[in-house]
Amino acid sequence: MTLTTRATRVAPPTTGTTAGKGLRARLRGWPTTLILAAVTGLSVAPFYWLVISATHSDADIFSWPPKLLPGSHLGENLSHLDAKIGIGRVLLNSLLVSGVQTIGALVVALLAGYAFAKFRFRGRTTLFVVLLSTLVVPDQVLLVPLFKMMMSFGLMDSYQALILPGLCVPFAIFLMRQALAGMPDELLDAARVDGAGELRVLFGVVVPVMRPVLAALGIFLFLGSWNSFVWPLIALRSPDMHTLPVALATLHGMKSNTDYGLILAGTALSTLPMMALFLALQRQFISGLLAGATKG
Amino acid sequence: MPAPPPSRRRAILRRKALPYLLLAPALVTFGVFKAYPIVSSLLLSLTTGSGANTRNAGLANYRKLLDDPLFWTALGNTARILVVQVPLMLALALGLSVALHAALVRFRTVWRLGIFMPSVTGLVATGVVFAFLLDTDRGAVNSLLEAIGLSGVDWLGDGFWARMAVVLVLTWHYTGYNAVIYLAGLQGIPKELYEAAMVDGAGPLRRFFSITLPALRPVLLFTVVLSTIGTLQLFDEPYVLTRGGPDNATLTVSMYLYDNGFRYFDFGYASAIAYALTLIVSVLGAVQMRLMGERE
Repeated sequence: MTLTTRATRVAPPTTGTTAGKGLRARLRGWPTTLILAAVTGLSVAPFYWLVISATHSDADIFSWPPKLLPGSHLGENLSHLDAKIGIGRVLLNSLLVSGVQTIGALVVALLAGYAFAKFRFRGRTTLFVVLLSTLVVPDQVLLVPLFKMMMSFGLMDSYQALILPGLCVPFAIFLMRQALAGMPDELLDAARVDGAGELRVLFGVVVPVMRPVLAALGIFLFLGSWNSFVWPLIALRSPDMHTLPVALATLHGMKSNTDYGLILAGTALSTLPMMALFLALQRQFISGLLAGATKG
Repeated sequence: MPAPPPSRRRAILRRKALPYLLLAPALVTFGVFKAYPIVSSLLLSLTTGSGANTRNAGLANYRKLLDDPLFWTALGNTARILVVQVPLMLALALGLSVALHAALVRFRTVWRLGIFMPSVTGLVATGVVFAFLLDTDRGAVNSLLEAIGLSGVDWLGDGFWARMAVVLVLTWHYTGYNAVIYLAGLQGIPKELYEAAMVDGAGPLRRFFSITLPALRPVLLFTVVLSTIGTLQLFDEPYVLTRGGPDNATLTVSMYLYDNGFRYFDFGYASAIAYALTLIVSVLGAVQMRLMGERE
Protein backbone atom coordinates (compact mmCIF):
# COMPACT_ATOMS: atom_id res chain seq x y z
CA MET A 1 0.00 0.00 0.00
CA THR A 2 2.88 2.32 0.75
CA LEU A 3 4.75 1.34 -2.35
CA THR A 4 5.28 4.86 -3.66
CA THR A 5 6.31 6.37 -0.37
CA ARG A 6 8.67 3.55 0.33
CA ALA A 7 10.12 3.75 -3.15
CA THR A 8 10.84 7.44 -2.85
CA ARG A 9 12.31 6.99 0.58
CA VAL A 10 14.99 4.73 -0.88
CA ALA A 11 15.52 7.02 -3.83
CA PRO A 12 17.78 9.87 -2.71
CA PRO A 13 21.43 8.92 -3.16
CA THR A 14 23.84 9.15 -0.26
CA THR A 15 24.19 12.72 0.92
CA GLY A 16 27.19 12.37 3.17
CA THR A 17 29.69 11.77 0.36
CA THR A 18 31.92 14.36 -1.23
CA ALA A 19 30.77 16.23 -4.31
CA GLY A 20 33.07 14.34 -6.68
CA LYS A 21 32.01 10.95 -5.47
CA GLY A 22 28.36 12.03 -5.61
CA LEU A 23 28.74 13.05 -9.24
CA ARG A 24 30.36 9.77 -10.18
CA ALA A 25 27.64 7.94 -8.28
CA ARG A 26 25.01 9.90 -10.17
CA LEU A 27 26.56 8.93 -13.49
CA ARG A 28 26.64 5.33 -12.36
CA GLY A 29 22.85 5.27 -12.13
CA TRP A 30 22.33 6.19 -15.77
CA PRO A 31 22.85 2.85 -17.54
CA THR A 32 20.15 1.28 -15.37
CA THR A 33 17.92 4.26 -15.96
CA LEU A 34 18.36 3.93 -19.72
CA ILE A 35 17.52 0.23 -19.65
CA LEU A 36 14.38 0.99 -17.67
CA ALA A 37 13.47 3.75 -20.10
CA ALA A 38 13.83 1.32 -23.02
CA VAL A 39 11.66 -1.30 -21.33
CA THR A 40 9.08 1.34 -20.49
CA GLY A 41 9.12 2.33 -24.14
CA LEU A 42 8.40 -1.27 -25.18
CA SER A 43 5.62 -1.47 -22.61
CA VAL A 44 3.92 1.71 -23.69
CA ALA A 45 4.57 1.59 -27.46
CA PRO A 46 1.63 -0.72 -28.32
CA PHE A 47 -0.75 1.65 -26.51
CA TYR A 48 0.69 4.62 -28.28
CA TRP A 49 0.38 2.85 -31.62
CA LEU A 50 -3.20 1.91 -30.77
CA VAL A 51 -4.30 5.41 -29.86
CA ILE A 52 -2.58 6.99 -32.86
CA SER A 53 -3.89 4.33 -35.25
CA ALA A 54 -7.44 4.82 -34.01
CA THR A 55 -7.28 8.30 -35.55
CA HIS A 56 -6.04 7.19 -38.99
CA SER A 57 -7.50 5.75 -42.15
CA ASP A 58 -7.01 2.07 -43.00
CA ALA A 59 -4.24 2.86 -45.44
CA ASP A 60 -2.23 4.77 -42.85
CA ILE A 61 -2.65 2.20 -40.10
CA PHE A 62 -0.28 -0.16 -41.90
CA SER A 63 2.06 2.45 -43.30
CA TRP A 64 5.78 2.25 -42.69
CA PRO A 65 7.31 4.15 -40.98
CA PRO A 66 4.33 4.12 -38.65
CA LYS A 67 2.43 7.34 -38.11
CA LEU A 68 3.55 8.93 -34.88
CA LEU A 69 1.06 11.82 -34.74
CA PRO A 70 -2.73 11.72 -34.56
CA GLY A 71 -4.61 11.78 -37.85
CA SER A 72 -7.99 13.15 -38.78
CA HIS A 73 -10.06 9.98 -39.10
CA LEU A 74 -11.10 9.48 -35.48
CA GLY A 75 -14.64 10.75 -36.00
CA GLU A 76 -15.08 8.61 -39.11
CA ASN A 77 -13.71 5.49 -37.35
CA LEU A 78 -15.98 6.05 -34.38
CA SER A 79 -19.08 6.52 -36.51
CA HIS A 80 -18.29 3.35 -38.46
CA LEU A 81 -17.77 1.57 -35.16
CA ASP A 82 -21.08 2.84 -33.88
CA ALA A 83 -22.86 1.76 -37.05
CA LYS A 84 -21.43 -1.72 -36.68
CA ILE A 85 -21.86 -2.50 -32.97
CA GLY A 86 -23.71 0.43 -31.38
CA ILE A 87 -20.75 1.40 -29.26
CA GLY A 88 -22.84 3.54 -26.88
CA ARG A 89 -24.94 0.58 -25.87
CA VAL A 90 -21.90 -1.69 -25.56
CA LEU A 91 -20.08 0.83 -23.35
CA LEU A 92 -23.19 1.17 -21.22
CA ASN A 93 -23.47 -2.63 -20.87
CA SER A 94 -19.85 -2.84 -19.75
CA LEU A 95 -20.21 0.03 -17.29
CA LEU A 96 -23.43 -1.28 -15.85
CA VAL A 97 -22.28 -4.87 -15.46
CA SER A 98 -18.87 -3.96 -14.04
CA GLY A 99 -20.30 -1.30 -11.74
CA VAL A 100 -23.08 -3.40 -10.26
CA GLN A 101 -20.90 -6.48 -9.99
CA THR A 102 -18.13 -4.55 -8.23
CA ILE A 103 -20.43 -2.93 -5.70
CA GLY A 104 -22.23 -6.21 -5.08
CA ALA A 105 -19.02 -8.18 -4.61
CA LEU A 106 -17.64 -5.49 -2.29
CA VAL A 107 -20.74 -5.61 -0.08
CA VAL A 108 -20.71 -9.41 0.01
CA ALA A 109 -17.00 -9.48 0.86
CA LEU A 110 -17.26 -6.71 3.46
CA LEU A 111 -20.11 -8.38 5.34
CA ALA A 112 -18.56 -11.82 5.20
CA GLY A 113 -15.08 -10.55 6.04
CA TYR A 114 -16.50 -8.67 9.01
CA ALA A 115 -18.28 -11.80 10.26
CA PHE A 116 -15.14 -13.94 9.90
CA ALA A 117 -12.82 -11.38 11.47
CA LYS A 118 -14.87 -10.04 14.37
CA PHE A 119 -17.31 -12.73 15.50
CA ARG A 120 -16.94 -16.18 16.98
CA PHE A 121 -19.61 -18.57 15.82
CA ARG A 122 -20.12 -22.23 15.10
CA GLY A 123 -18.66 -23.36 11.81
CA ARG A 124 -16.48 -20.31 11.36
CA THR A 125 -13.27 -22.12 10.50
CA THR A 126 -14.96 -24.78 8.40
CA LEU A 127 -16.86 -22.25 6.31
CA PHE A 128 -13.76 -20.16 5.78
CA VAL A 129 -11.68 -23.16 4.71
CA VAL A 130 -14.38 -24.38 2.32
CA LEU A 131 -14.67 -20.91 0.82
CA LEU A 132 -10.92 -20.62 0.32
CA SER A 133 -10.45 -24.13 -1.00
CA THR A 134 -12.38 -23.17 -4.13
CA LEU A 135 -9.53 -20.84 -5.05
CA VAL A 136 -7.65 -23.81 -6.50
CA VAL A 137 -10.51 -24.74 -8.81
CA PRO A 138 -10.06 -23.18 -12.25
CA ASP A 139 -12.97 -21.06 -13.45
CA GLN A 140 -13.37 -23.35 -16.44
CA VAL A 141 -14.98 -25.94 -14.17
CA LEU A 142 -17.86 -23.54 -13.58
CA LEU A 143 -18.62 -22.73 -17.21
CA VAL A 144 -20.84 -25.64 -18.22
CA PRO A 145 -22.91 -25.80 -15.01
CA LEU A 146 -23.36 -22.02 -15.00
CA PHE A 147 -24.48 -22.17 -18.61
CA LYS A 148 -27.04 -24.90 -17.84
CA MET A 149 -28.17 -23.02 -14.74
CA MET A 150 -28.72 -19.76 -16.59
CA MET A 151 -30.58 -21.63 -19.33
CA SER A 152 -32.98 -23.16 -16.83
CA PHE A 153 -33.45 -19.83 -15.01
CA GLY A 154 -34.20 -18.25 -18.38
CA LEU A 155 -31.41 -15.79 -17.74
CA MET A 156 -29.27 -16.34 -20.83
CA ASP A 157 -28.40 -13.13 -22.58
CA SER A 158 -29.20 -10.98 -19.53
CA TYR A 159 -27.28 -8.70 -17.22
CA GLN A 160 -28.09 -11.03 -14.34
CA ALA A 161 -26.28 -13.90 -16.05
CA LEU A 162 -23.13 -11.80 -16.15
CA ILE A 163 -23.42 -10.19 -12.73
CA LEU A 164 -24.63 -12.96 -10.41
CA PRO A 165 -21.72 -15.44 -10.69
CA GLY A 166 -19.26 -12.66 -9.88
CA LEU A 167 -20.81 -11.63 -6.57
CA CYS A 168 -19.04 -14.20 -4.43
CA VAL A 169 -15.29 -13.70 -4.79
CA PRO A 170 -13.57 -15.89 -2.18
CA PHE A 171 -10.32 -13.97 -2.61
CA ALA A 172 -12.08 -10.69 -1.82
CA ILE A 173 -13.63 -12.19 1.31
CA PHE A 174 -10.22 -13.48 2.37
CA LEU A 175 -8.69 -10.06 1.85
CA MET A 176 -11.43 -8.25 3.77
CA ARG A 177 -11.07 -10.69 6.63
CA GLN A 178 -7.32 -10.11 6.77
CA ALA A 179 -7.74 -6.36 6.70
CA LEU A 180 -10.49 -6.34 9.31
CA ALA A 181 -8.58 -8.68 11.60
CA GLY A 182 -5.97 -5.96 11.88
CA MET A 183 -8.54 -3.41 13.03
CA PRO A 184 -8.57 -2.93 16.83
CA ASP A 185 -11.70 -4.28 18.55
CA GLU A 186 -11.64 -1.31 20.94
CA LEU A 187 -12.82 0.95 18.12
CA LEU A 188 -15.87 -1.22 17.56
CA ASP A 189 -16.59 -1.67 21.27
CA ALA A 190 -16.38 2.07 21.89
CA ALA A 191 -19.08 2.62 19.29
CA ARG A 192 -21.19 -0.18 20.77
CA VAL A 193 -20.89 1.27 24.26
CA ASP A 194 -22.13 4.55 22.82
CA GLY A 195 -25.26 2.65 21.83
CA ALA A 196 -24.60 2.20 18.14
CA GLY A 197 -26.36 -0.75 16.53
CA GLU A 198 -24.32 -3.26 14.54
CA LEU A 199 -25.21 -1.64 11.23
CA ARG A 200 -24.12 1.73 12.60
CA VAL A 201 -20.85 0.17 13.78
CA LEU A 202 -20.30 -1.39 10.38
CA PHE A 203 -21.07 1.63 8.24
CA GLY A 204 -20.09 4.35 10.70
CA VAL A 205 -16.82 2.90 12.02
CA VAL A 206 -15.63 -0.06 9.95
CA VAL A 207 -16.31 1.27 6.45
CA PRO A 208 -14.57 4.63 6.96
CA VAL A 209 -11.47 2.95 8.41
CA MET A 210 -11.45 0.35 5.63
CA ARG A 211 -11.92 2.86 2.84
CA PRO A 212 -8.43 2.44 1.33
CA VAL A 213 -8.78 -1.36 1.32
CA LEU A 214 -12.27 -1.14 -0.16
CA ALA A 215 -11.05 1.26 -2.83
CA ALA A 216 -8.13 -0.96 -3.83
CA LEU A 217 -10.27 -4.09 -3.82
CA GLY A 218 -13.02 -2.27 -5.72
CA ILE A 219 -10.62 -1.28 -8.47
CA PHE A 220 -9.27 -4.81 -8.66
CA LEU A 221 -12.80 -6.22 -8.99
CA PHE A 222 -13.88 -3.58 -11.50
CA LEU A 223 -10.85 -4.20 -13.67
CA GLY A 224 -11.44 -7.94 -13.65
CA SER A 225 -15.08 -7.48 -14.54
CA TRP A 226 -14.39 -4.89 -17.24
CA ASN A 227 -11.93 -7.20 -18.95
CA SER A 228 -13.65 -10.54 -18.43
CA PHE A 229 -14.31 -12.44 -21.60
CA VAL A 230 -15.00 -16.19 -21.55
CA TRP A 231 -18.14 -16.20 -19.46
CA PRO A 232 -19.75 -13.19 -21.21
CA LEU A 233 -18.86 -14.83 -24.52
CA ILE A 234 -20.83 -17.89 -23.45
CA ALA A 235 -23.71 -16.17 -21.69
CA LEU A 236 -24.48 -13.52 -24.30
CA ARG A 237 -26.30 -14.01 -27.58
CA SER A 238 -27.60 -10.74 -28.96
CA PRO A 239 -25.19 -7.98 -30.01
CA ASP A 240 -27.34 -5.59 -27.95
CA MET A 241 -26.15 -7.23 -24.76
CA HIS A 242 -22.46 -7.50 -25.68
CA THR A 243 -19.86 -6.09 -23.35
CA LEU A 244 -16.75 -4.44 -24.77
CA PRO A 245 -14.43 -7.47 -24.88
CA VAL A 246 -17.10 -9.64 -26.53
CA ALA A 247 -17.94 -6.93 -29.06
CA LEU A 248 -14.26 -6.43 -29.85
CA ALA A 249 -13.57 -10.11 -30.32
CA THR A 250 -16.62 -10.39 -32.56
CA LEU A 251 -15.56 -7.42 -34.68
CA HIS A 252 -12.04 -8.71 -34.94
CA GLY A 253 -13.19 -12.21 -35.78
CA MET A 254 -15.36 -11.21 -38.75
CA LYS A 255 -13.35 -12.32 -41.74
CA SER A 256 -15.27 -9.95 -43.98
CA ASN A 257 -14.49 -6.97 -41.82
CA THR A 258 -11.62 -5.09 -43.36
CA ASP A 259 -12.36 -1.73 -41.78
CA TYR A 260 -9.41 -1.71 -39.40
CA GLY A 261 -9.89 1.84 -38.19
CA LEU A 262 -13.13 0.97 -36.46
CA ILE A 263 -11.68 -2.08 -34.74
CA LEU A 264 -8.80 -0.04 -33.36
CA ALA A 265 -11.11 2.80 -32.35
CA GLY A 266 -13.16 0.26 -30.38
CA THR A 267 -10.04 -1.25 -28.82
CA ALA A 268 -8.83 2.19 -27.81
CA LEU A 269 -12.23 2.95 -26.27
CA SER A 270 -12.08 -0.22 -24.18
CA THR A 271 -8.55 0.53 -23.00
CA LEU A 272 -8.40 4.28 -22.47
CA PRO A 273 -10.88 4.57 -19.57
CA MET A 274 -8.83 2.01 -17.62
CA MET A 275 -5.59 3.80 -18.49
CA ALA A 276 -7.02 7.11 -17.29
CA LEU A 277 -8.30 5.49 -14.10
CA PHE A 278 -4.94 3.81 -13.61
CA LEU A 279 -3.00 7.05 -13.92
CA ALA A 280 -5.39 8.86 -11.60
CA LEU A 281 -5.56 6.11 -8.97
CA GLN A 282 -2.29 4.29 -9.54
CA ARG A 283 -1.60 3.66 -5.86
CA GLN A 284 -4.95 1.98 -5.30
CA PHE A 285 -4.59 0.06 -8.55
CA ILE A 286 -1.21 -1.30 -7.62
CA SER A 287 -2.14 -2.12 -4.04
CA GLY A 288 -5.30 -3.82 -5.30
CA LEU A 289 -3.37 -6.03 -7.67
CA LEU A 290 -0.59 -6.60 -5.14
CA ALA A 291 -2.91 -7.51 -2.29
CA GLY A 292 -2.66 -11.20 -2.98
CA ALA A 293 1.10 -11.16 -3.26
CA THR A 294 2.04 -9.36 -0.10
CA LYS A 295 -0.64 -10.59 2.26
CA GLY A 296 -0.53 -14.24 1.21
CA MET B 1 -30.36 -4.15 39.35
CA PRO B 2 -33.60 -3.85 37.38
CA ALA B 3 -32.00 -4.75 34.08
CA PRO B 4 -34.78 -5.58 31.60
CA PRO B 5 -34.22 -9.29 30.89
CA PRO B 6 -36.35 -9.72 27.73
CA SER B 7 -34.53 -7.10 25.75
CA ARG B 8 -31.21 -8.44 26.94
CA ARG B 9 -32.14 -11.90 25.87
CA ARG B 10 -33.16 -10.52 22.52
CA ALA B 11 -29.87 -8.71 22.30
CA ILE B 12 -27.96 -11.92 22.97
CA LEU B 13 -30.01 -13.77 20.39
CA ARG B 14 -29.40 -11.00 17.90
CA ARG B 15 -25.70 -11.16 18.59
CA LYS B 16 -25.72 -14.90 18.02
CA ALA B 17 -27.63 -14.62 14.75
CA LEU B 18 -25.72 -11.61 13.55
CA PRO B 19 -22.64 -13.34 12.07
CA TYR B 20 -24.87 -15.69 10.09
CA LEU B 21 -26.88 -12.75 8.80
CA LEU B 22 -23.68 -11.04 7.75
CA LEU B 23 -22.54 -14.21 6.01
CA ALA B 24 -25.86 -14.91 4.32
CA PRO B 25 -25.19 -13.05 1.04
CA ALA B 26 -21.80 -14.71 0.70
CA LEU B 27 -23.08 -18.18 1.55
CA VAL B 28 -26.05 -17.99 -0.81
CA THR B 29 -24.02 -16.71 -3.78
CA PHE B 30 -21.21 -19.12 -2.96
CA GLY B 31 -23.55 -22.08 -2.75
CA VAL B 32 -25.41 -21.33 -5.95
CA PHE B 33 -22.63 -20.01 -8.17
CA LYS B 34 -19.51 -21.81 -6.87
CA ALA B 35 -20.16 -24.91 -4.75
CA TYR B 36 -23.08 -26.24 -6.78
CA PRO B 37 -21.35 -25.83 -10.17
CA ILE B 38 -18.19 -27.49 -8.87
CA VAL B 39 -20.11 -30.59 -7.77
CA SER B 40 -22.43 -30.48 -10.76
CA SER B 41 -19.48 -30.38 -13.14
CA LEU B 42 -18.00 -33.49 -11.58
CA LEU B 43 -21.31 -35.35 -11.98
CA LEU B 44 -21.71 -34.07 -15.53
CA SER B 45 -18.29 -35.41 -16.41
CA LEU B 46 -19.70 -38.88 -15.76
CA THR B 47 -22.50 -38.47 -18.31
CA THR B 48 -22.70 -38.43 -22.06
CA GLY B 49 -25.05 -37.09 -24.71
CA SER B 50 -26.63 -33.66 -24.83
CA GLY B 51 -29.89 -32.01 -23.90
CA ALA B 52 -32.61 -34.48 -22.94
CA ASN B 53 -30.59 -37.47 -24.13
CA THR B 54 -28.09 -37.35 -21.29
CA ARG B 55 -27.20 -40.68 -19.73
CA ASN B 56 -24.66 -42.10 -17.36
CA ALA B 57 -21.36 -42.96 -18.89
CA GLY B 58 -19.16 -43.80 -15.93
CA LEU B 59 -15.59 -42.96 -16.73
CA ALA B 60 -16.07 -43.12 -20.51
CA ASN B 61 -15.37 -39.40 -20.95
CA TYR B 62 -12.08 -39.73 -19.12
CA ARG B 63 -11.10 -42.79 -21.16
CA LYS B 64 -11.97 -40.88 -24.33
CA LEU B 65 -9.79 -38.05 -23.10
CA LEU B 66 -6.76 -40.32 -22.82
CA ASP B 67 -7.19 -41.44 -26.44
CA ASP B 68 -8.06 -38.04 -27.87
CA PRO B 69 -5.17 -36.76 -30.00
CA LEU B 70 -6.62 -33.26 -30.07
CA PHE B 71 -6.67 -33.09 -26.28
CA TRP B 72 -3.00 -34.09 -26.20
CA THR B 73 -2.23 -31.49 -28.84
CA ALA B 74 -3.96 -28.85 -26.73
CA LEU B 75 -2.13 -29.99 -23.59
CA GLY B 76 1.17 -30.09 -25.46
CA ASN B 77 0.67 -26.57 -26.82
CA THR B 78 -0.23 -25.27 -23.38
CA ALA B 79 2.83 -26.98 -21.88
CA ARG B 80 5.17 -25.62 -24.54
CA ILE B 81 3.90 -22.10 -24.05
CA LEU B 82 4.19 -22.56 -20.28
CA VAL B 83 7.79 -23.74 -20.16
CA VAL B 84 9.01 -20.92 -22.36
CA GLN B 85 6.83 -18.09 -21.15
CA VAL B 86 6.84 -18.40 -17.35
CA PRO B 87 10.63 -18.60 -16.81
CA LEU B 88 11.27 -15.92 -19.45
CA MET B 89 8.76 -13.53 -17.95
CA LEU B 90 9.76 -14.09 -14.33
CA ALA B 91 13.47 -13.69 -15.09
CA LEU B 92 12.73 -10.45 -16.93
CA ALA B 93 10.51 -9.26 -14.09
CA LEU B 94 13.18 -10.05 -11.53
CA GLY B 95 15.82 -8.15 -13.49
CA LEU B 96 13.48 -5.19 -13.90
CA SER B 97 12.58 -5.09 -10.23
CA VAL B 98 16.23 -5.12 -9.20
CA ALA B 99 16.88 -2.30 -11.67
CA LEU B 100 13.90 -0.34 -10.37
CA HIS B 101 15.09 -0.85 -6.83
CA ALA B 102 18.66 0.31 -7.49
CA ALA B 103 19.41 3.36 -5.38
CA LEU B 104 20.71 5.53 -8.19
CA VAL B 105 17.92 5.15 -10.70
CA ARG B 106 16.24 8.36 -11.77
CA PHE B 107 12.54 8.96 -12.50
CA ARG B 108 11.71 5.68 -10.79
CA THR B 109 7.96 6.37 -10.61
CA VAL B 110 7.68 6.96 -14.35
CA TRP B 111 9.31 3.63 -15.19
CA ARG B 112 7.31 1.79 -12.58
CA LEU B 113 4.02 3.13 -13.96
CA GLY B 114 4.98 2.52 -17.57
CA ILE B 115 6.07 -1.04 -16.94
CA PHE B 116 2.98 -1.82 -14.89
CA MET B 117 0.57 -0.29 -17.41
CA PRO B 118 0.09 -3.31 -19.71
CA SER B 119 -1.36 -5.38 -16.86
CA VAL B 120 -4.29 -2.99 -16.73
CA THR B 121 -5.26 -3.70 -20.35
CA GLY B 122 -7.81 -6.33 -21.15
CA LEU B 123 -6.55 -9.49 -22.78
CA VAL B 124 -8.94 -9.15 -25.68
CA ALA B 125 -7.77 -5.60 -26.38
CA THR B 126 -4.18 -6.80 -26.07
CA GLY B 127 -4.88 -9.62 -28.50
CA VAL B 128 -6.40 -7.27 -31.06
CA VAL B 129 -3.51 -4.80 -30.88
CA PHE B 130 -0.92 -7.54 -31.29
CA ALA B 131 -2.84 -9.19 -34.10
CA PHE B 132 -2.28 -5.94 -36.00
CA LEU B 133 1.31 -5.43 -34.89
CA LEU B 134 2.24 -9.01 -35.78
CA ASP B 135 0.49 -9.08 -39.16
CA THR B 136 2.84 -10.96 -41.47
CA ASP B 137 2.67 -8.71 -44.51
CA ARG B 138 2.03 -5.28 -43.11
CA GLY B 139 2.49 -5.43 -39.33
CA ALA B 140 4.78 -2.97 -37.61
CA VAL B 141 6.91 -5.73 -36.01
CA ASN B 142 7.85 -7.32 -39.32
CA SER B 143 8.36 -3.92 -40.95
CA LEU B 144 10.74 -3.10 -38.12
CA LEU B 145 12.58 -6.42 -38.47
CA GLU B 146 13.00 -5.82 -42.19
CA ALA B 147 14.08 -2.23 -41.63
CA ILE B 148 17.00 -3.46 -39.52
CA GLY B 149 17.93 -6.06 -42.11
CA LEU B 150 16.30 -9.16 -40.64
CA SER B 151 13.63 -11.11 -42.40
CA GLY B 152 10.05 -10.90 -41.23
CA VAL B 153 8.41 -13.81 -39.48
CA ASP B 154 5.09 -15.47 -40.32
CA TRP B 155 3.88 -14.80 -36.78
CA LEU B 156 0.32 -15.99 -36.97
CA GLY B 157 0.61 -18.39 -39.90
CA ASP B 158 3.35 -20.72 -38.72
CA GLY B 159 2.73 -23.06 -35.80
CA PHE B 160 5.97 -22.41 -33.94
CA TRP B 161 5.83 -18.64 -34.41
CA ALA B 162 2.16 -18.49 -33.50
CA ARG B 163 3.06 -20.02 -30.14
CA MET B 164 5.90 -17.52 -29.84
CA ALA B 165 3.40 -14.76 -30.57
CA VAL B 166 1.30 -15.96 -27.65
CA VAL B 167 4.44 -16.05 -25.48
CA LEU B 168 5.31 -12.52 -26.58
CA VAL B 169 1.85 -11.18 -25.81
CA LEU B 170 1.70 -12.87 -22.40
CA THR B 171 5.14 -11.58 -21.54
CA TRP B 172 4.26 -8.05 -22.59
CA HIS B 173 1.09 -8.21 -20.58
CA TYR B 174 2.30 -9.66 -17.27
CA THR B 175 6.00 -8.88 -16.83
CA GLY B 176 5.40 -5.49 -15.24
CA TYR B 177 2.87 -6.87 -12.81
CA ASN B 178 5.36 -9.45 -11.58
CA ALA B 179 8.14 -6.86 -11.46
CA VAL B 180 6.05 -4.69 -9.17
CA ILE B 181 5.33 -7.68 -6.93
CA TYR B 182 9.08 -8.36 -6.70
CA LEU B 183 9.73 -4.69 -6.06
CA ALA B 184 7.39 -4.82 -3.07
CA GLY B 185 9.35 -7.86 -1.87
CA LEU B 186 12.71 -6.15 -2.39
CA GLN B 187 11.58 -3.18 -0.34
CA GLY B 188 10.97 -5.51 2.58
CA ILE B 189 14.60 -6.70 2.73
CA PRO B 190 16.51 -4.91 5.51
CA LYS B 191 19.29 -2.74 4.10
CA GLU B 192 21.57 -3.78 6.96
CA LEU B 193 21.89 -7.23 5.37
CA TYR B 194 23.42 -5.70 2.26
CA GLU B 195 25.64 -3.37 4.26
CA ALA B 196 26.96 -6.28 6.32
CA ALA B 197 27.60 -8.31 3.17
CA MET B 198 29.48 -5.42 1.60
CA VAL B 199 31.65 -5.10 4.69
CA ASP B 200 32.42 -8.80 4.28
CA GLY B 201 33.49 -8.07 0.71
CA ALA B 202 30.58 -9.71 -1.14
CA GLY B 203 30.19 -8.44 -4.71
CA PRO B 204 26.88 -7.56 -6.36
CA LEU B 205 26.34 -11.06 -7.79
CA ARG B 206 27.11 -12.69 -4.48
CA ARG B 207 24.74 -10.31 -2.70
CA PHE B 208 22.02 -11.08 -5.25
CA PHE B 209 22.31 -14.84 -4.84
CA SER B 210 22.91 -14.93 -1.08
CA ILE B 211 20.55 -12.20 0.10
CA THR B 212 18.07 -11.07 -2.54
CA LEU B 213 16.99 -14.42 -3.96
CA PRO B 214 16.49 -16.21 -0.61
CA ALA B 215 14.58 -13.24 0.80
CA LEU B 216 12.32 -13.18 -2.23
CA ARG B 217 11.56 -16.89 -2.11
CA PRO B 218 7.96 -16.58 -0.84
CA VAL B 219 7.18 -13.93 -3.45
CA LEU B 220 8.88 -15.96 -6.16
CA LEU B 221 6.86 -18.99 -5.18
CA PHE B 222 3.69 -16.95 -5.34
CA THR B 223 4.43 -15.67 -8.84
CA VAL B 224 5.57 -19.06 -10.15
CA VAL B 225 2.41 -20.78 -8.94
CA LEU B 226 0.14 -17.96 -10.08
CA SER B 227 1.69 -17.67 -13.54
CA THR B 228 1.61 -21.43 -14.00
CA ILE B 229 -2.05 -21.62 -13.07
CA GLY B 230 -2.85 -18.65 -15.29
CA THR B 231 -1.03 -20.11 -18.30
CA LEU B 232 -2.66 -23.51 -17.87
CA GLN B 233 -6.01 -21.75 -18.17
CA LEU B 234 -4.94 -19.74 -21.20
CA PHE B 235 -7.87 -18.76 -23.41
CA ASP B 236 -8.37 -15.10 -24.33
CA GLU B 237 -5.12 -14.37 -26.15
CA PRO B 238 -5.00 -17.34 -28.52
CA TYR B 239 -8.75 -17.01 -29.08
CA VAL B 240 -8.31 -13.47 -30.33
CA LEU B 241 -4.87 -13.83 -31.95
CA THR B 242 -5.13 -17.11 -33.78
CA ARG B 243 -8.42 -18.85 -32.92
CA GLY B 244 -6.25 -21.81 -31.98
CA GLY B 245 -4.61 -22.01 -35.39
CA PRO B 246 -2.74 -22.48 -37.57
CA ASP B 247 -3.63 -26.17 -37.70
CA ASN B 248 -4.33 -26.28 -33.94
CA ALA B 249 -0.82 -25.12 -33.06
CA THR B 250 -2.16 -22.68 -30.45
CA LEU B 251 -5.20 -24.67 -29.37
CA THR B 252 -5.11 -24.65 -25.57
CA VAL B 253 -6.85 -26.91 -23.07
CA SER B 254 -9.32 -24.16 -22.19
CA MET B 255 -10.13 -23.52 -25.84
CA TYR B 256 -10.69 -27.23 -26.42
CA LEU B 257 -12.99 -27.28 -23.40
CA TYR B 258 -14.90 -24.30 -24.82
CA ASP B 259 -15.22 -25.95 -28.23
CA ASN B 260 -16.59 -29.17 -26.80
CA GLY B 261 -18.96 -27.47 -24.40
CA PHE B 262 -20.25 -24.54 -26.39
CA ARG B 263 -19.79 -25.44 -30.03
CA TYR B 264 -20.54 -29.18 -29.92
CA PHE B 265 -22.59 -28.96 -26.69
CA ASP B 266 -21.00 -32.11 -25.31
CA PHE B 267 -21.30 -31.03 -21.69
CA GLY B 268 -20.08 -34.32 -20.27
CA TYR B 269 -16.86 -34.27 -22.25
CA ALA B 270 -16.28 -30.57 -21.58
CA SER B 271 -16.68 -31.22 -17.86
CA ALA B 272 -14.21 -34.09 -18.01
CA ILE B 273 -11.71 -31.73 -19.65
CA ALA B 274 -12.40 -29.18 -16.90
CA TYR B 275 -11.66 -31.74 -14.22
CA ALA B 276 -8.56 -32.97 -16.00
CA LEU B 277 -7.40 -29.35 -16.03
CA THR B 278 -8.18 -29.03 -12.32
CA LEU B 279 -6.10 -32.11 -11.63
CA ILE B 280 -3.15 -30.80 -13.65
CA VAL B 281 -3.36 -27.38 -12.00
CA SER B 282 -3.46 -28.85 -8.48
CA VAL B 283 -0.66 -31.33 -9.07
CA LEU B 284 1.65 -28.75 -10.65
CA GLY B 285 0.82 -26.22 -7.94
CA ALA B 286 1.52 -28.73 -5.19
CA VAL B 287 4.80 -29.84 -6.79
CA GLN B 288 5.98 -26.25 -7.11
CA MET B 289 5.06 -25.46 -3.52
CA ARG B 290 6.97 -28.51 -2.34
CA LEU B 291 10.03 -27.83 -4.43
CA MET B 292 10.27 -24.16 -3.62
CA GLY B 293 8.64 -23.90 -0.23
CA GLU B 294 10.39 -26.56 1.77
CA ARG B 295 14.00 -25.65 1.25
CA GLU B 296 14.02 -23.51 4.38
